[in-house]
Amino acid sequence: MIKLEGLSKVFPGHNIPAVKDLNLEINEGDVCVLVGPSGCGKTTTMKMINRLYEPTGGKIYIRGEDALQMDPIKLRLDIGYVIQEIGLFPHMTIEENIATVPNEKQWPKDETKQKVSEVMTLVGLDPKVFKDRYPSALSGGQRQRVGVARAMVSDPPIMLMDEPFGAVDPITRARLQNEFLRIQERMGKTIVFVTHDIDEAIKMSDTIAVMREGELVQHATPSDLLSAPADEFVSNLVGRNRSIKRLHLIRINEILDEVDRAKPASEDAKIGEVEKQIEESDIRSVIVVDKDNKLKGVIGVSDLKRKSGEVAGDYCQDVTDTITSDATLNDALSVMLECGEGYVAVVNEDDQYQGTITLGDLLNVVKEEG
Amino acid sequence: MAREIWKWLGIPLIMIAIAAVIVIYSVNNPTDSIVARMLTYERVFRVIREHMGLLLVSMTGAIIVGVAGGIMLSRPSLYRIGRVMETFVNIGQTVPSLAVLALFYTILGLGFNVAVFALFLYSILPILRNTFAGIDGVEHNIIEAARGMGMRPLRILTKIELPIAFPIIVAGIRTAIVINVGAATLATFIGGGGLGDLIVTGLSVHRDMIIVNGAVIAAVTAILLDYLIGKVEERVVRWA
Repeated sequence: MIKLEGLSKVFPGHNIPAVKDLNLEINEGDVCVLVGPSGCGKTTTMKMINRLYEPTGGKIYIRGEDALQMDPIKLRLDIGYVIQEIGLFPHMTIEENIATVPNEKQWPKDETKQKVSEVMTLVGLDPKVFKDRYPSALSGGQRQRVGVARAMVSDPPIMLMDEPFGAVDPITRARLQNEFLRIQERMGKTIVFVTHDIDEAIKMSDTIAVMREGELVQHATPSDLLSAPADEFVSNLVGRNRSIKRLHLIRINEILDEVDRAKPASEDAKIGEVEKQIEESDIRSVIVVDKDNKLKGVIGVSDLKRKSGEVAGDYCQDVTDTITSDATLNDALSVMLECGEGYVAVVNEDDQYQGTITLGDLLNVVKEEG
Repeated sequence: MAREIWKWLGIPLIMIAIAAVIVIYSVNNPTDSIVARMLTYERVFRVIREHMGLLLVSMTGAIIVGVAGGIMLSRPSLYRIGRVMETFVNIGQTVPSLAVLALFYTILGLGFNVAVFALFLYSILPILRNTFAGIDGVEHNIIEAARGMGMRPLRILTKIELPIAFPIIVAGIRTAIVINVGAATLATFIGGGGLGDLIVTGLSVHRDMIIVNGAVIAAVTAILLDYLIGKVEERVVRWA
């Protein structure tokens, strides 16, 4: 889909090339993450693909076509572009912002409106609520969503994303990443993604291209990168705790069936039975659900003494945080650490209980994979 | 709706009323025969007309040249010159308006046209500088996002840069208008006419009433125009 051949860039007035002799091939539907320390040429490489920077040497092929021979405006209109600071236009409403590319392509007004509201729904922004707002009235996470929606609205086959989730807090970032992966699973776009965060790279990518001082050091799948780093630089970049980083690669739903754990108690279960269940449980607690299998709460040993009543529903405490089954094991780990618990309840989008993951389960995975 | 209109026109109407009361009172109750001869409705209307003429012609020219010049200097090829220009404009602004008029009198002579030309040049400065600064101040990442999405340079200018710079450009125009109304009272020294006629006449015959008339009308004009442009701007810029 995208092929870079001997690509080089020397900025005027600099002796050292920002990118030198880079060869990289990205398959259709893959997310290729360019990663490396700042100044390694990853952003420069990305900006050469849509020719914001003109290469000083080498070739770029997009679907076999020589991108350097194409009209740069046409080229860019068919490549979605999300940048680090998002670059929303402050004087335009969210709807107008997202409609930028359709307006440049002169789509009919109705079609544009329709498509804008579709893509807003896709990224989780209610069009009715948000379309007439200005960017200044949005939170950081919402702006990032608008940035992604704006890049996707004309359904470009290729997207370039320069640290698109850089400017938000870690929890929002993890949520946006998961949402984006869910969208990508459906859309199957070819994405060049730039980040300096190796954890994000491992999580988001089909392949990772590690760069250093303008050169490509290694291009491999995240799993290969972790098990066989090409040199010391790469192994330093991925860090010593490589087995922990594998937690980024595995989603909760992949291991949820394997973990064998007691069934949740229904809220009208007799407290005597529940007490037995708690004693047998390895987390010394039992999850309580209602008739629709929706998560109701949790009962621990201490709750039995503190409260009184006939059925489980009378004893249960609110659960501090839950996680969806498409999150990674690493996300589960951070939730556990944040809540100070050895487990986290997994729910689906409708808040229905799916299972529980414990710290022990994570350790088992690390042991097996390592 | 009626309330909306009143909100817009309330202050201007009060301002105009104050000026009208002062003019009508002084014309009908002259303190002596000199004031009676010097301060007539015909004369007041004539100098207002002349003053508006000076203002309109010089400001129209200044806005066109200032905005166009500011845009041109903000283009990458002229950007360096633009930065140098900023400094020179700032120096230029320190030259008193009276000196500018005097300078053009020595070069071009007397009359309305010379006064207009001097006012025009003097008013360009804040507009030119603000247009350049406004466009220059548009965040880099906004421009880059626009470029990366495939907007052409002209579209980026008209759809992104100018709308974002608009409040700053308008601020420049407001500054220029207020300066211009004041400076135009000096046009009388080189035979340009305008409200300065009343003020200078009043000074030479030692009649405060005539001076007050000229000064009040000039002040009201400046406040009024500044206010109205500010209101229009509020209407147009809803995003800030």
